[in-house]
Amino acid sequence: MFVFRLDTHSGVPPYLQLVQQVRQAVLLGFLQPGDRLPLIREVVEDLAINPNTVAKAYRQMEQENLVTGRPGQGTFVNEQQSAAMSASTYTSLRRGLATWLRRAYAAGLDEQAVNALFTSVHQQTRNEDVA
Amino acid sequence: MTATEFALRTDGLGKRYRKGWALRDCTLALPAGGVIALVGPNGAGKTTLLRLIVGLLAPSTGTVEVLGHDVTASTPQTLSRVGFLAQDHPLYKRFTVAEMLRFGRACNLRFDQGLAERRLAKLGIPLDRRAGTLSGGQQAQVALALALAKRPDLLVLDEPVASLDPLARHEFLQVLMGAVAEGGVTVLFSSHVVHELERVCDHLVVLNHGRVTLTGDIDTLLAEHRLLVGPRTTTDLDRAGTVVEAVHSDRHTTLLVRDGAIPAAPGWQARPIALEDLVLAYLRRPFEPSAAATSGAAA
Repeated sequence: MFVFRLDTHSGVPPYLQLVQQVRQAVLLGFLQPGDRLPLIREVVEDLAINPNTVAKAYRQMEQENLVTGRPGQGTFVNEQQSAAMSASTYTSLRRGLATWLRRAYAAGLDEQAVNALFTSVHQQTRNEDVA
Repeated sequence: MTATEFALRTDGLGKRYRKGWALRDCTLALPAGGVIALVGPNGAGKTTLLRLIVGLLAPSTGTVEVLGHDVTASTPQTLSRVGFLAQDHPLYKRFTVAEMLRFGRACNLRFDQGLAERRLAKLGIPLDRRAGTLSGGQQAQVALALALAKRPDLLVLDEPVASLDPLARHEFLQVLMGAVAEGGVTVLFSSHVVHELERVCDHLVVLNHGRVTLTGDIDTLLAEHRLLVGPRTTTDLDRAGTVVEAVHSDRHTTLLVRDGAIPAAPGWQARPIALEDLVLAYLRRPFEPSAAATSGAAA
């Protein structure tokens, strides 16, 4: 059964953390079509988290077509249309990032500097896409 | 209608003791079915507000409406729909757990003893132990089980986890959130610990110096507020919406703004703010009567 985690220092709202974990698990193949997510009640009692937060996360995942809730049965992972990237794309992106990271560390950047640089460029690229 | 939409409404609520006002101009509308945190430093008026809500204190000014009924005119029937857990989880120390449950059944119109026994059995708390010999965490669980056995529509808890160690705190919140998941109960609890609020609450009320300084749905509040970081400036701040807090270092200025757009000047970045930092910023804020009044009314 899929297990959620909660990072209270990330600054990411808890409901979004739950959504992102499922999205990522689907993308990486840890969750496969037909897998059942834990019941809201199980997540609540496991994480000591507000049930409305879990319900909101599950609603959002349904809206994104990531999962389907079947009354009385549970919430199941959907067959993904295009979301899951192909294995070759995944490998090539991952390799590219690893190469970049090795260059950054070789240039003397530490983990914080790498994160700051990534965030800054990421934000800039996103802003350019919006504009 | 109000009873289904709002679990609790106060209007111009205030309480004056001999030494002065403990609570002033408190106007709130808190949604039913949610988990609401009442946050503020010691002495902010949290306990006074909670006691006014459950009818243990009479207001000096204003009104309190709980589940659609005026609290000052409350009957045993309306009171039976409200559960209250006072600070430090008071139990009769010489009573056994079973005796506490029998006491609860005798004193309440509505009391599900079986539910309480099942909860305590699940936690491994023996019914034949005297309450005083249980650990702090177990005493808190017994007090919570008693309060939940009333099957209240509104459960009010005063600093429920303040005295508990981290593990006991987690276990207490697991049970409390599990009860919310079963449906039908609105939870209002006070806390001076702002850490980890986000995982348990939907709604927030910040109280400082006896006044409500911030209230609202947590997701909405987080969406409305942003941290703007840019080159040091002490002018042109009004362009950035309502500035809640401005911090200047030698070269940088960090602004916490509400409903503010990012300044057009180069070098400015917007960042979301964590709930804990948001609450702290409002608690640090110097007191302004007019600002407090408007944010309270906007609840």
